[in-house]
Amino acid sequence: MTIRLSESLAGEIRRHGEAAYPAECCGVLAGRIGAGDSKEVVRLEPAVNRRTDDPHRYLIAPEDLRRLEVRLGADGLDIVGYYHSHPDHPAAPSAFDADHAWPWYSYIIVRIDGGRGADLASWVLDDDQPRMHPEPLEVLSEV
Amino acid sequence: MSVTVSIPTPLRSFTGGHDAVELAGSTVGEVLDGLLSAHSGLKRHLVQDDGRLRNFVNLYLNDTDIRQLESVRTPVTEGDVLTIVPSIAGGSPAVDTELPKLAHAEILRYSRHLLLPEVGLEGQRKLKAARVLTIGAGGLGSPFALYLAAAGVGTLGIVDFDAVDLTNLQRQIIHGTSTLGTSKLESARARLADLNPNVNVEPHETRLTSENALDIIREYDIVVDGTDNFPTRYLVNDACVLLGKPNVYGSIFRFEGQASVFYAKEGPCYRCLYSEPPPPGLVPSCAEGGVLGVLPGIIGCIQALETIKWIIGAGDSLVGRLVLFDALKLRFRELKLRKDPNCPICGTNPTIHELIDYVAFCGIGAEPDYSGVEISVEEFKKEREIKGSGLVLVDVREPHEWDIAHIDGARLIPLGQLPDRLSELDGHAELVMQCHKGSRSMKALEILRGAGFGKVRNLAGGIDAWAERIEPGMARY
Repeated sequence: MTIRLSESLAGEIRRHGEAAYPAECCGVLAGRIGAGDSKEVVRLEPAVNRRTDDPHRYLIAPEDLRRLEVRLGADGLDIVGYYHSHPDHPAAPSAFDADHAWPWYSYIIVRIDGGRGADLASWVLDDDQPRMHPEPLEVLSEV
Repeated sequence: MSVTVSIPTPLRSFTGGHDAVELAGSTVGEVLDGLLSAHSGLKRHLVQDDGRLRNFVNLYLNDTDIRQLESVRTPVTEGDVLTIVPSIAGGSPAVDTELPKLAHAEILRYSRHLLLPEVGLEGQRKLKAARVLTIGAGGLGSPFALYLAAAGVGTLGIVDFDAVDLTNLQRQIIHGTSTLGTSKLESARARLADLNPNVNVEPHETRLTSENALDIIREYDIVVDGTDNFPTRYLVNDACVLLGKPNVYGSIFRFEGQASVFYAKEGPCYRCLYSEPPPPGLVPSCAEGGVLGVLPGIIGCIQALETIKWIIGAGDSLVGRLVLFDALKLRFRELKLRKDPNCPICGTNPTIHELIDYVAFCGIGAEPDYSGVEISVEEFKKEREIKGSGLVLVDVREPHEWDIAHIDGARLIPLGQLPDRLSELDGHAELVMQCHKGSRSMKALEILRGAGFGKVRNLAGGIDAWAERIEPGMARY
């Protein structure tokens, strides 16, 4: 599967991560399933990080997701994945990320380097083990 | 009963693309079992190896999280909708790398922990990274400091200012005969260093006060309270609430004990449970009322257990629950504790914003002035030689204490029987009240004065002072 998002949405993810630095930001990728089962991200829904005890962790509460799903449904959109930042760490999943990942969803991680947004990568949970593999991420430049 | 289970998008590949599945069952657990046996691919994503729900998997029965109901035992009825809702969690690997590593010798030492998936390498490293403050190295402090050190807690702060006394050793098993008379801190430090040299013990040789409590507690992640008095207990509670630290509480008396975890961010604090201290003197201390030596071992071990669970994040904590233990009946009971919205420190409109004078709060020091009513054991001995039977010594202890030792010529009237036996005493005689160390006899003196007895005094220091200074051959306890 492939995930597609516009350059401006990629920029938004970076800016959200920069604003939260040195803590982690998190949010929801709202979109549709397009041709060839690809995920098309239409907009971002920044989420409240419910983990306040540890700046290296994020948690999106089920209640928040339930409310959001209803709101997105009204616009014909679905949750296709999530994004979060890794302050001063590579845009690759930690063991903790993989342990907590759900199948099918895309997990976009943005590296924030000393407060500046850097590379972006998308990851999906393996079918048979608690490990994640990279997913093709297409950043579309806008005309 | 037929129940609809609503399947979230990420899991639909395991249910043949269906967004809902109809299943039968009378409880949430039965419906869940049915779902997992019909669609076994879901198992790995929803439950742990032991069959319990994974902690980021949430089940809603209609609109309510089943954790707020009876969990998997919640009954279901025809037409109910069970929805699987994810919590989305993750984070950078920074935490993993920040946790201290374990040396080979530590891995061997903690191997029985490492075998438990709930502890594992990560939990053991969390223990090593943890900074725990224990208040008191006495009855409760002995078992919890020993077990926390043995478990590999990296830094253990200990607050105490006492010296090891022979009467401590019946229950304070961190100390020993060889450390009698030395400071409890030094005695505890030596024992802990022998038990586990990897533990960094930080001694605080001071009484915890309103002036120093915040500075001491601030440096630790979690506080374990082993104090034996109300002023310090309220002080520890308030300081923990103000600093947002969990307070692992335990207390003991005679054959009964209780334990809880007070964490105002998530549940009640000690003041929600006991808004006011008892009147001074109503609840005797262990020194006055006695305590079975094993009891602090049991309660202190519960405190150690809760501390370790808190650090590694395993199981259900005692937040919002009070465990009561009765040693004679060998019975544990549990009370649900609620946060008091009117609590003066953790309620919705708190009135306490800084530490107060806890000795005054507990009414201690506000007692009447007894100077002049006390007689020292030396004076008593001299007066009795002159006055003979004109000076009556009344021993208000219990008969089993009398059997251990008593002063010749004393009359035994236990404090509890005194109000009913006043007629046995001569209102014109000079009376001297005596107990073990002088505090129960002071209450006896008040009873007699209240009843109109004019010539009553209190033997300062009780039979203990007598045995120490007048009759050295007498047994002390």
